[in-house]
Parts: sequence; structure tokens; C-alpha cells
Amino acid sequence: MRSRAQTYLLLAGLILLATLPGYLGSAASARFAIDMMIKLAFVIGLSIFVSNTGILSFGHAAFAGIAAYAAAWFTIPVMTKKVFLPDLPAFVLSTDLGFWGGMATGMLLAAFVAAIFGVAVVRLAGIGASIATLAFLAIVNTTMSHATGLTKGTASLIGLPLLVNLPVATAVVLASLLVASVFAGSRAGLMLRASREDEVAALASGIAVRRLRLAAFILSAAVVGVSGVLQGHAIGILSVSQFYLELTFLTLAMLVIGGQNSLSGAVVGAIVIAFLGEMLRTVAGGFTLAGLTVPAMPGLREVALAIIMLAVLMLRPSGIMGNRELSLANLRRRGVQPQEDHVNTAISD
Amino acid sequence: MSWVIQALIDAMSIGSIYALTALGIGLIFGIMRLINFAHAESITVTVYILVLAIGLGFPVALFLAAGGALLLALLSERLAFRPVRGANPSTLLITSFALSYLLQNTLVLVFGARPMGLNILPSLSRPLLIGDVRVPMIQVVTIGVTILLLLATGAFLRKTRIGIEMRAAAADFQMARLLGIRANRVIAVAFGLSGILASSAAVLYVAQTGVVEPRLGLHLALIGFVATVVGGMGSLPGAVLGGLAVGMVTVFLQVLLPSDLRPFREAFVYLAVIFVLVLRPQGLFRPASARERV
Repeated sequence: MRSRAQTYLLLAGLILLATLPGYLGSAASARFAIDMMIKLAFVIGLSIFVSNTGILSFGHAAFAGIAAYAAAWFTIPVMTKKVFLPDLPAFVLSTDLGFWGGMATGMLLAAFVAAIFGVAVVRLAGIGASIATLAFLAIVNTTMSHATGLTKGTASLIGLPLLVNLPVATAVVLASLLVASVFAGSRAGLMLRASREDEVAALASGIAVRRLRLAAFILSAAVVGVSGVLQGHAIGILSVSQFYLELTFLTLAMLVIGGQNSLSGAVVGAIVIAFLGEMLRTVAGGFTLAGLTVPAMPGLREVALAIIMLAVLMLRPSGIMGNRELSLANLRRRGVQPQEDHVNTAISD
Repeated sequence: MSWVIQALIDAMSIGSIYALTALGIGLIFGIMRLINFAHAESITVTVYILVLAIGLGFPVALFLAAGGALLLALLSERLAFRPVRGANPSTLLITSFALSYLLQNTLVLVFGARPMGLNILPSLSRPLLIGDVRVPMIQVVTIGVTILLLLATGAFLRKTRIGIEMRAAAADFQMARLLGIRANRVIAVAFGLSGILASSAAVLYVAQTGVVEPRLGLHLALIGFVATVVGGMGSLPGAVLGGLAVGMVTVFLQVLLPSDLRPFREAFVYLAVIFVLVLRPQGLFRPASARERV
């Protein structure tokens, strides 16, 4: 328990350190820091499911989207709402719950959808489960792009109040980290990680694998939902396409590059990729160097990110953090190789 | 009555393209336990090569496009998948996801993200009258070409030495290697074959839709994945039948859904897929060899 607390404090310190550029004063750096917090909340939420169960999910962007819109229904001022979303149910149209009320609504709806869909996911093994999450993402995306009355469809929903600044976003991320940390250290978390390493042995030891996986799925959907709510109220605009494969790839890259088996991996990966992405964005936007003008190259950032991810997968498949959590002891023992992922059935079966 | 025949032909022609895609994905999955996202880009690259080379005449463009897809599949196996071959399935999955993203954005970098039009064989868009049913020529061609390709693939897998080796590797990779089958060769041939299937699906698809954009392959590949999973992962006939089934469901939903629900058609298709997975997690046509071993 003490080492959990230590890890939490170290990660929280790291996150606070990473937000420092956001206080430099320029609007762009503040926006960057807030965006990093939004991604952190997402990746922390994603890792609650992926790190503890070992099942890759391609569907969590859907939860961010669901929560973002559900929150927006209750935070957009009543007058504005009647103009932009006149087809909402009457009681929604006339209710304004404020930021925290909106966030709670968003989390609840994401958790509710996760509870229904999760029943299907946890029945499936390994890759089947991952493909089901992909199908789920497609379902939610299609539905949201055509449910014009609820989301304005493929057009953007504007008019969300700008309620998120850097301190708020940071506080929310630290709270999410606490939830994830407590869950990982709990009895349920330990049993889940046992089932991740060896499902058959875990079942034989009387661990209710499916029920625990469902619990992790619901909790992680709610935390990922938080990220969606933050995003909507940081920029003031929502569009359905924000919550599709692009976001899925970016957040999975963060988790995998950091190390998908630990919470520290999620945090470190999100921060490293956020900074790297920002640098790449600057390059891809075009610049002038010693009189030489380099034109804007859309797609360059994504290409570079994918190459980095492939390199990490080949050279260090367990990510930056290996399977370890951040702790003072581990920091002192630098250079000790993390234990390798146990090579699985696939080819050597 | 004629709308039923019309819908059936629609379903068969869409289902054909899905089946070819699913077969290409299932081939790799059977041997490597890898869901290959980059299959999408074998499809997309074919179409972009067609755009560039169509001026040289259709046969030349077709040859170049198929060659390009073949080369891309072989290169991606050699450069991206071989280094991670022994890793666990989720590492393989994420590797292919990253590779797909890389190739897709390379296409954006080179060609831009904006859709282009491409009309490869204008003569095929003429309708064919069968009784009182009007069938676009291209649909008949699609179904015919697919049947030929499936028969050819089947013959390849059953009659040639390397084909039989591939089936052995799909049944039990370790055992096959112990009996002297070369892993690298079998996997390379599987990727090559899957590249050719991808390019065939691509040509047939773009001949029907006429629109080219960097994410074109992804749409097909997503359907290919669910088709292989629904059909039963590791079963090649299952992949083909899964593809046909998804095509059928898509077209009949389009016909039968009330018009205000029609935009949600794809959501219903994927929902049906999830239902199948929940009721039969092993897929509809799963071979005995695909059981998880403890």
C-alpha cells in the first residue's frame, strides 16, 4: 500500500511538472497543457481496463464522445440550447446542471452504455473482444453522426460554455489518477491482473474473471468520459469526428509507448507523446530555417508518430516503463532490465 | 417480386467484395494469429496506383496496381511483422494498427486528404436487362470475378505444395515447422496472396463507387475484420461466408429499414455482428484446429 501511495505521489508530481509550460503565459502553451491533461485523463481511464485486463480496447473513444455530448446537453445555457438543439427532450432543454452536474451526467451515461456493451465484450476472449470494441466504436460513430437532434450530426455543436482552465483540468486528472491507482491496488485490481497473466489459473482459483472485467470496463468508461467532458468545455466545440479512429490511435499509441501493463506507463506515455506531438505539429505546420521555407506537410505528424510507435514495439515491446510502476526504488535501480513479456501462444504454440 | 432479385444481386455483389477482403485478412490470421489492419492500405494503395496509371490503359494499370499491392504486403511482412512475430497477439494487433496508420497518413502526405473521382471502366456501368430487372454490368462482373478468384485460391490451397503447407501451418504452426515447413516462406506467400486478394477487392470496389480517398481501404477492412470474426477466426470458408453474410445483411437492411432509420444501417450491421459474437463467440463456422489451447 505504501508503494502505491509513493507511485501516486511521483506520478502526480510528474503531471504537475508537465503542466508548467502552460503557465508561461502564451495562449498557445496553455492550450497545449490543457490538451495534454485531456489526453492524460483519457489514457488513465483506458489503462484502468487495458492495463488490468490485458485486453486491447479500440472502443473507448466512443465513451469520451458519449460523455462529451451528454454533458453538453446539460451545460449549454438554456437559451442557446433552444437554438442549437431544439429537438432535445423538454426536461433536458430547460435544465442547466452546471459543469460538475454535466460531468456527472456524462460519466453516468458512459458507464451505463459500458455496462450494457461490456456484458458482450467480457464474454469474448482476446482478439475477439478487441474486434467487438472496434465494432462498438463504429456503431456509436454511425449513430452519433446521424442522430442530428442530439448531436447536430456531422456539423459541429457550438455554444458549450468554456469552463475548463488548466488548474481545473489538472485537478480532474489527479482525481482520475487517484481512482485508477486505488482500483489497481484493490483486491479486484490484483485479481484482474492475475487473470491477465493466466486466465485459466485465475478461473481455477475462483476469480470471477468476467464480472471483474465488466467492473473495470465500466469504471474505465466513466473516467474516459471525463476526458470527453473536459475536451468539450475547453474548446467550446464538439464534433462527432473528434471521437473516432484518430483519437483511438493517438491514445493507444500513448498507452503502448508508455507501457500498457502499468499505470505509470499510461502517464509517462501520454506526457512523452504529448510533448513529442507538439514538436512535430510545429514542424508539420511549415517553418522557415536559414532562409529556406519548408511548406506545411499535413500528415507528417501522424507518420512520425506511427514510426516511433513501430520502433518502440520492435525494440521495447513492453514500453518505456516496462512492466514496472514508478517508485523511488525503481528510480535508484535504473538500468535493471524489466522482466520480458512472457512470449505467448501465437506462433510458439 | 423483382425487387427481391434486385436486392439479391446487390447483396451478392457487395458481399463478393467483402468476402475477398475477409479472405485476405483470414489467410494471415489463420497462420499468424494477426489481425492485419494494414490490409486496408493494400486496398487503398491499389486504388491510388490505378489513379496514377490509368492513362497507360486499363490492363497495364491493373497489372501495376496488383504488383504494388503485392509488394506492399511483402514489404510490410518483412519490415514490420517479422521483427515482432513471436510477440503476443495484442502486440501484433497494435503493430498492424500502427503500420496501417503510418501508410494511411503517408498517402495523405503524398496525395492530400481530399477525395478524387476515378472512373476505370465506363463501359461497365451500362445496365443489363434480365427480364424486368435492371442489373448494372459491373455487378455481374464483380460476382463472376469473385467466383473465379475464390476457385483459384481454393485450388492453390489444395493442389499446390506451398498451398498445402499453408493449410498445415494454419492448423498447427509449431507442428508444421517441426515437419520441415519453412515459416518465412509460408508467411511470405500468405502475405503475397493476401495482397493480391486486397487489390482485386480494391479494383472491384472502386469500379462500383468511383471515389478515391486515403481512408477508403479502412472501411472495407473494418468489415473484413468483423466478417472473419463472425465467420469463425481461422476458418477460410468461414471468412468468405462471413463476408457474404455481412453483405446480405447490409443490403437487406437498406431495403427493409424504414427510411428514417436507413442512415443508421451500418450501426445495425455492427450490432448484428456483436449479437453473433455473444451468441456464438467461436464464430459461425469455426474449425476444430482453432480451439484455444491451454
